Amino acid sequence: MIDLTWLWNFPAMDREVLVAIRKTLDNGYRTFSRNYGELIETLFEPLLFFLVWFEKLLLNTPWIVILAILVALTYFGSRSVKLSIGVLLSFLLIGYFGMWDNTMRTLSIITVATLLSVIVGIPIGILMARSDRLQSVITPILDVMQTMPAFVYLIPVVMLLGIGKVPGIIAVVIYAIPPVIRLTNLGIRLVDKDVLEASTAFGASRQQRLMDVQLPLALPTIMAGINQTIMMALSMVVIASMIGVSGLGQPVLKSITNQYFTMGLFNGLAIVAIAIMFDRVSQAYAKRNLKHLESLQNG
Amino acid sequence: MADALIRVENLYKIFGDNPERAMKLVRDGFSKDEILTRSNQTVGLRDINLEIYNGEVFVIMGLSGSGKSTLIRHFNRLIDPTTGSIFVDNTDLMQLDQNDLALFRQQKISMVFQRFALMPHRNVIDNIAYGLKVQNLPRDERYERSQNWIDIVGLSGYENHYPSQLSGGQQQRVGLARALCTDAEVLLMDEAFSALDPLIRANLQGQLMDLQKRLKKTIVFITHDLDEALLVGDRIAILKDGMILQVGEAKDILLEPADEHVEAFVRNVNRARVLTVKDIMKDKLVRIDPSNTGGALQQLQKNESDIGYVVEKDSYKGVVTRASIERGQAGSVAAESQLNELVIKGPTLRNSTILQDALATTMESEFPVPVICEQGKIEGIVHRKDLLEVLSGNPAS
Repeated sequence: MIDLTWLWNFPAMDREVLVAIRKTLDNGYRTFSRNYGELIETLFEPLLFFLVWFEKLLLNTPWIVILAILVALTYFGSRSVKLSIGVLLSFLLIGYFGMWDNTMRTLSIITVATLLSVIVGIPIGILMARSDRLQSVITPILDVMQTMPAFVYLIPVVMLLGIGKVPGIIAVVIYAIPPVIRLTNLGIRLVDKDVLEASTAFGASRQQRLMDVQLPLALPTIMAGINQTIMMALSMVVIASMIGVSGLGQPVLKSITNQYFTMGLFNGLAIVAIAIMFDRVSQAYAKRNLKHLESLQNG
Repeated sequence: MADALIRVENLYKIFGDNPERAMKLVRDGFSKDEILTRSNQTVGLRDINLEIYNGEVFVIMGLSGSGKSTLIRHFNRLIDPTTGSIFVDNTDLMQLDQNDLALFRQQKISMVFQRFALMPHRNVIDNIAYGLKVQNLPRDERYERSQNWIDIVGLSGYENHYPSQLSGGQQQRVGLARALCTDAEVLLMDEAFSALDPLIRANLQGQLMDLQKRLKKTIVFITHDLDEALLVGDRIAILKDGMILQVGEAKDILLEPADEHVEAFVRNVNRARVLTVKDIMKDKLVRIDPSNTGGALQQLQKNESDIGYVVEKDSYKGVVTRASIERGQAGSVAAESQLNELVIKGPTLRNSTILQDALATTMESEFPVPVICEQGKIEGIVHRKDLLEVLSGNPAS
């Protein structure tokens, strides 16, 4: 009889080879992180400094001031009394249920992560819109960033930078940055060719075309990307708490390990409240300020 | 006429990934369709040679797909030719680098677009001032010049409106003002009025022609509408399948179409509204000097004409017929005073009158109608026969 077992058992490589591959890669990365970890950490020092400063600012300011600022931002962003009252009530509840400090920590990390994503993501999106080749390179990378389970890329980040705020925020940014890149690229590519041509016909330089036409006309799409980025950053907060990011994620993590259902629920609801606030305010703001971009042309 | 401001020489434009191959087929004389099937390349423009003079309105007319929008985009190099050269004001556009090209577009040439192409996020005054903003002029100057054009195109009060709040006609006024605001010599108009309702289009055409009387820009005007071409154009080029079939004034194109394609274009044009008296008047007429009455009859006899036009010191007086002179001479030799009695003050025409308005006068008059200029000089006469031939669409000559 001919041996047909290979039809049922996939002919995998030898275990020893696999182990060797894993060891080589792991050791290589370990050496890399031992040699360069500290250097990279110093590079991120300004970020850490800003993060700590912002968190302290939020924590050390009297809650009533923060609350007033949040409600004011909501009102001037959205011009909606209903939404402002909603924000006021939810933050009062959050405070009353003893989650104020953690909420401030989460707020600070979300703000910094979003800023970072926007600062890094928009230029990448612009470059991508200018070059089809760059787009074909970056798109698969973005796919990996979005689909790779977050835990997997937590490992190398932790190996490199240890546990703490900086690796946490890097993990959050990696997870949350793809929408802003993708939608910046898309928005610029969808800009009305006629308007762009008109700008060229009047002698605008590349830079002028970008600032005068492409970015303003792509803004609604870019805003949608930023909105998505904020939402994804918020959902990452719980996972990031596993590597030492303080905030609302930590109590959630604690309640998973200890089966504290109510504690998990309250903190989860607090995250939801922040998410809804960010989403509604940014959307209302965008809608109000970009209304001329909709239904344009041909009266 | 003055020197050519825009000169295009041997311009070819091939769309596709292998223009070399298509150019070879073009040189071998294959048609646009044959080249498309053989090499999968589209011939956009083929051997274009043009001269556009300073201060004229030059219309490029053709149906969709004829390459007219492609051609106009070569004048400011929004599209680069495959081969050939373009000169504007003696500058070879193909020799300009990116910076010089940007400067050229800022200062020498501006453009009005079919779909307006306004910036939806900027209000009217900022849209009109855009060309100046590109040049980094200070805000006060931008607004001052922009405001001037807002007033001229009749949009005062709309300064802070956004394009989405304006009607199509108003949007194109903004487009026109934006193009004029940079004071460029050359104005490119790419089917600028085609997207508008007929009434608004006529309105804007009128406004453009009024402006042109004052500004004397060099305007390159693209249209698919022959009536519009004949109305606004000093000269017209007819484009088909990327080739120029004929270039000429309205009357050349209407009265002497170069080939059957042009003839097909012009067949349905209302000649009565396009051609003027000048286009059909004849120079040949008998002038009679009233101080030489005796000679009048001889002159008429010599020219075998029944009608003479009395002209005194370059000033037209009226018509005399041979019959009336003969009758008058039956008794005595006609004196000067007598000739003056025989003169009939018939109707006259101006050379700029369109045929439609000249029709009634010409048909009712017993004689060919004299054409008189503003100073009273006689320039020619209009025969009833010529008018009818032109209007019926079969020019005798």
